Amino acid sequence: MIRIDCPWCGKRDEVEFTYRGDATVVRPEAGAPEEAFHDFVYKRANPRGWHVEWWYHGAGCRQFLKVVRHTMTHEVRSVVRATETPEVPAE
Amino acid sequence: MRYSGFRLFAEALRGNTGWKPAWRDPPPKRSYDVIIIGGGGHGLATAYYLAKEHGITNVAVLEKGPIGLGNTGRNTTIVRSNYLLPQNHFFYEKALSLWEGLEQDLNYNAMVSQRGVINLFHAEGARNAAVRRGNAMRLDGIDADLLDKEQIRAMCPLIDVDNARFPVLGGLMQRRGGTARHDAVAWGFARAADLRGVDIIQHCEVTGIDVEGGRVTGVQTSRGPIKANKVGLAVAGNTSRLAQMAGFDVPIESHVLQAFVSEGVKPLVDQVITFGAGHFYISQSDKGGLVFGGGLDGWNTYAQRGNLPVVDHVWSAGVAMMPSLSRLRGLRQWGGVMDMSFDGSPIIGKTPINGLYMTAGWCYGGFKATPGSGWCHAWTIANDAPHKLNEAHRLDRFRTGHLLDERGNGPYPWMQ
Ligand SMILES: Cc1cc2nc3c(=O)[nH]c(=O)nc-3n(C[C@H](O)[C@H](O)[C@H](O)COP(=O)(O)OP(=O)(O)OC[C@H]3O[C@@H](n4cnc5c(N)ncnc54)[C@H](O)[C@@H]3O)c2cc1C
Ligand SMILES: [Zn+2]
Repeated sequence: MIRIDCPWCGKRDEVEFTYRGDATVVRPEAGAPEEAFHDFVYKRANPRGWHVEWWYHGAGCRQFLKVVRHTMTHEVRSVVRATETPEVPAE
Repeated sequence: MRYSGFRLFAEALRGNTGWKPAWRDPPPKRSYDVIIIGGGGHGLATAYYLAKEHGITNVAVLEKGPIGLGNTGRNTTIVRSNYLLPQNHFFYEKALSLWEGLEQDLNYNAMVSQRGVINLFHAEGARNAAVRRGNAMRLDGIDADLLDKEQIRAMCPLIDVDNARFPVLGGLMQRRGGTARHDAVAWGFARAADLRGVDIIQHCEVTGIDVEGGRVTGVQTSRGPIKANKVGLAVAGNTSRLAQMAGFDVPIESHVLQAFVSEGVKPLVDQVITFGAGHFYISQSDKGGLVFGGGLDGWNTYAQRGNLPVVDHVWSAGVAMMPSLSRLRGLRQWGGVMDMSFDGSPIIGKTPINGLYMTAGWCYGGFKATPGSGWCHAWTIANDAPHKLNEAHRLDRFRTGHLLDERGNGPYPWMQ
């Protein structure tokens, strides 16, 4: 069980949240070339290591959060608000 | 050595002293015509069909651990071809037809059991979807039968067809579907490939892919560099990492799927049955254990272990469908790392690097594909072009918009 320390609600079990995927990809400008949209939708680093990801706290504050989590150990290193940029450990 | 009933009998009288290892354990050569990375079912099948169908025998399969201990040895072994999209059902039907002759072809008992696969539905909309899928299959000559509630009750007496919340309206059945023995599939392909000259090299991890001028030239491994004219990837949940070694990203994420086995009991479940109101599917192994599973844990991971929320979901869904399950103890549970694609369909074909090919994106349905994946991957490698069965499963479909989104889920790998 992953526990996520929501900046609004405190530490909660993962079952209160909905996963929304990689939070490092950024939507291109409307006029950007097709290639940029392909990468936005389909290109993922899929790292074995630290992953920055969206989680939606549906059974709590109903805010979107950015979570830094390790994809081998599942350790959650930091949780920040949607508008913030979390620090990602090198290893 | 040919396996047969007579051989078994003779060996029993000789104290089983005449059996030989089923495949050699050769040291890696310095170069091969083709290297296949990944000794799961898909990699071993690719090597076998390269040798058998295309006469390419200077081939090595490089596996970082022992063969068959990845997803091949971790899956719930359901075999079927009941897909809606023609590109998918023709491909899976090829695989199913290979399963039907596999044991004679490999001279190996893969315990292929065509016991039938039943997908239950519990609502009008779900029935319509099942009818549509069944008709799409029948139009293309693939077997599908629509069963009503009373037929389900008669065939599967332990299913709670009158469940107050999720009453069973009926089911779509593919009678030729069923199960096979996962380990035997890996071992059978390994033995048959080895007999045709393929080197199966275990404990040999690929750590780099050499590319010169846009063309693959070989690989770096934990047992030294090996040269090759062509390289095929069949590494399931590790596809992103291997592709990155060659310098490109793939539309794949790694996610864990769990499986469960109960204590052994007398025959209870004669078919493969899937629940339509939650993530749950079940069959019974020949040893008597009920083998079942559900959906993904739902977030990116490379760890081969499952987590409790899904354990809870799978057992609850199972008990809702088959209440007597609550009386059984769970014996074992484990996880495997799936190569989840962005449209839920596999990728078999060429890559941006010349001479580098891949079979991946198998999501949780790749076991049934094993012979078909190997067959198409081998064809693609031998001809440097896809066969018409895997033409649509190309990697660049994500650029051109020709997606194979079987369930219309959108580009979310964890929801496929
Ligand atoms: C719990 C579970 C249930 C499933 N149920 C079903 C089912 O009922 N029906 C169905 O059709 N499918 C099912 N699947 C999916 C199916 O198991 C897989 O799609 C299929 O077995 C994949 O085979 P593979 O050969 O591609 O992968 P694997 O068997 O995982 O083989 C890949 C191999 O590559 C090796 N490898 C990785 N990196 C390297 C490297 N750097 N160097 C060398 N070797 C490397 C790995 O060690 C591994 O042995 C299930 C999967 C799981 C986990
Ligand atoms: Zn919250």
